[in-house]
Amino acid sequence: MIDFSFTDEQEMFRKASREFAETRVAPFIPEMEKTGKVPPGLVQALADAEMLAITIPEEYGGLGLGYVARMIALEEISRISVATGMMLQVFALGIDPFVRFGSKEQKEFYLPKLARGERLATVAVTEPTGGSDPTGLRTTYFKNGTDYILTGRKCFITNAHIADTVTILAKDENDPKAFSAFIAEKGAEGFSATHEEHKVGMRGCNTGELSLEKCKVPATALLGQEGKGLRVSMSAIGDVGRGGMVGCAIGLQTACLEASVKFANERILYGKPISALQTIQNKLADMKIDLEAGRLLAYRAAALHDKGERSSNEFAVAKYFTTEAAQRAAKMAVDIHGGYGCMEEYAVSRFIRDAFVLGPSAGTSDIMKVIVARWVIG
Amino acid sequence: MNVIVCVKAVPDPKEICKIRIDPATKTLLRCDVPLVINPLDKNALEAALLLKEGRGASVTVISMGPPPAETIVKECMALGADRGILLSDRAFGGADAFATAYTLAGAIVKAGEYDLILCGMASSDGATEWVGPQIATFLGIPAVTMVRKFESQEGAAWRVLADWQNGYRRVEVRLPALLTITRDLNRPRALSFSGILKSRKKTIEQWGREFLDLPSEALGAKGSPTIVSEMSTVRNRRDVKMLRGTIEEKADQLVGLLAESGVL
Ligand SMILES: Cc1cc2nc3c(=O)[nH]c(=O)nc-3n(C[C@H](O)[C@H](O)[C@H](O)COP(=O)(O)OP(=O)(O)OC[C@H]3O[C@@H](n4cnc5c(N)ncnc54)[C@H](O)[C@@H]3O)c2cc1C
Repeated sequence: MIDFSFTDEQEMFRKASREFAETRVAPFIPEMEKTGKVPPGLVQALADAEMLAITIPEEYGGLGLGYVARMIALEEISRISVATGMMLQVFALGIDPFVRFGSKEQKEFYLPKLARGERLATVAVTEPTGGSDPTGLRTTYFKNGTDYILTGRKCFITNAHIADTVTILAKDENDPKAFSAFIAEKGAEGFSATHEEHKVGMRGCNTGELSLEKCKVPATALLGQEGKGLRVSMSAIGDVGRGGMVGCAIGLQTACLEASVKFANERILYGKPISALQTIQNKLADMKIDLEAGRLLAYRAAALHDKGERSSNEFAVAKYFTTEAAQRAAKMAVDIHGGYGCMEEYAVSRFIRDAFVLGPSAGTSDIMKVIVARWVIG
Repeated sequence: MNVIVCVKAVPDPKEICKIRIDPATKTLLRCDVPLVINPLDKNALEAALLLKEGRGASVTVISMGPPPAETIVKECMALGADRGILLSDRAFGGADAFATAYTLAGAIVKAGEYDLILCGMASSDGATEWVGPQIATFLGIPAVTMVRKFESQEGAAWRVLADWQNGYRRVEVRLPALLTITRDLNRPRALSFSGILKSRKKTIEQWGREFLDLPSEALGAKGSPTIVSEMSTVRNRRDVKMLRGTIEEKADQLVGLLAESGVL
């Protein structure tokens, strides 16, 4: 028999995450919605609650926990604020290349600071030339003595303006087939965060552009081997990035269902709560079925990863299913609320805007299907 | 310094609306509502943890409850308690405040030396406020209820501020003593991931009647002098009353009604 239950310890992680989300994250939401900016107090709260340390090994000052624990934290935080879940998930995305490909020196220097939140990280792959085809990117590098010189532009980068440490994927100027990953530091010559996006949803989670104008980085900034950079960035996006989006999506699905049940029980029509109407029940059942299925896919992929098995295909399935399901759930939640669903006082109006931002991040649904199809065809 | 904290597992007060009363047994049906640490016991635990951090006190948590209450003892360990004891036995079932206090007092004696016993002022489900002072009576030590502030924690006698009707009392109490704690004393800390990980190595002691060596007739339902004679659900319904007359008359009537209902 397969055991589908969480351990007592995992239940405590959930309790801790839920308490954190409800008491420390929720108060920031109005400000985030209004300004679209990252509240510094929120990042500090995430760091204080050790949320940045989850996936970092213990010997580098982290908690040394796996993907199931991370999924739990992301689910609970996104149940309250998807924008915060997204920000947090991309911090972990930025940390992953150091954990998997960093040299001993890079790990010792960066990981303890990243665990404490003294430094914030992200990964920059996407460019205006198209995120679905990373090999089409135009950012280049060349060797200049012991340094590398990077030139190009990155777009749609989460945490672009708040990250101190960015993993940049670039192409060898002299060999268009050779990609390398570099660590670019905030404040480095020629490196800057430029345009800040105004997204329809996930407001308060920063997304923006990075500009590299003959940005000089030392040889020690190379992550992994030269010419093997696609592996560094894509393995981070494949597991951490997709897994993270799944956590955001199931959190949002839960929020949609909870808000809908509450409203349906309180709204009286024809002398009864609308939860007595079959069409409303049908929507609630659809949302619940999607949530149950989504959580099974999510935690199965995470558990596989924690067992040391390949999980990127399973995460692709889960990413497709849960982000699409979150969009369905958000639409149904807004529908159940009638006119109130279109009013900003009701959280479901935020949920539907957030739901659509889940789609493209870490690969669109089309791309997930490309991956899944490749998996079945073999 | 050894501090003992008595904690109770209660149905989550946030989901209290789901709870139903069983009309036959006159007990609460939990209806899948999760068990949590009684909110005021968290304040008591926090006070103990501050004593641990401030003066190296050792903190022991004792809870009497059914086996699932183990999760809340585990949570106390994850919050920083050093030792956790769960009192679980069929013989303890159905205990009222008196039998509960008797059992807890027996366990406290077994647990070893103590300087301070902390309890929440009341539980969110039973709300008698009796268990704390009754434990103190069984142990023959002084008790101060509704403590809101520790004013002086030096020497053998502590000075505390405790609620008293609309004001407060300033009480000097000689240790060992039992204090019941209100929510004004502190702000309980949050559960942390690293605290949870640190508690991996801590084990929970499970004690039953035989280990405590207490007479069966003094325990559980048998040892409970109080009987619940009636239990009912309070329904809050809005009542509409139309006031007639001039605006002055209506205002007078309104003031009269508010005074009558005890609001003014
Ligand atoms: C909120 C947000 C945060 C992001 N954060 C980051 C980040 O931190 N770092 C980063 O590097 N990137 C980030 N991205 C970028 C994201 O990865 C890309 O948006 C995504 O990969 C899609 O790329 P694109 O937007 O250029 O669309 P395109 O690649 O231009 O796609 C356009 C359309 O074509 C479809 N399409 C493309 N290829 C195929 C195919 N083979 N088969 C069928 N259909 C196809 C797509 O599904 C889509 O519908 C973020 C995006 C968003 C919205």
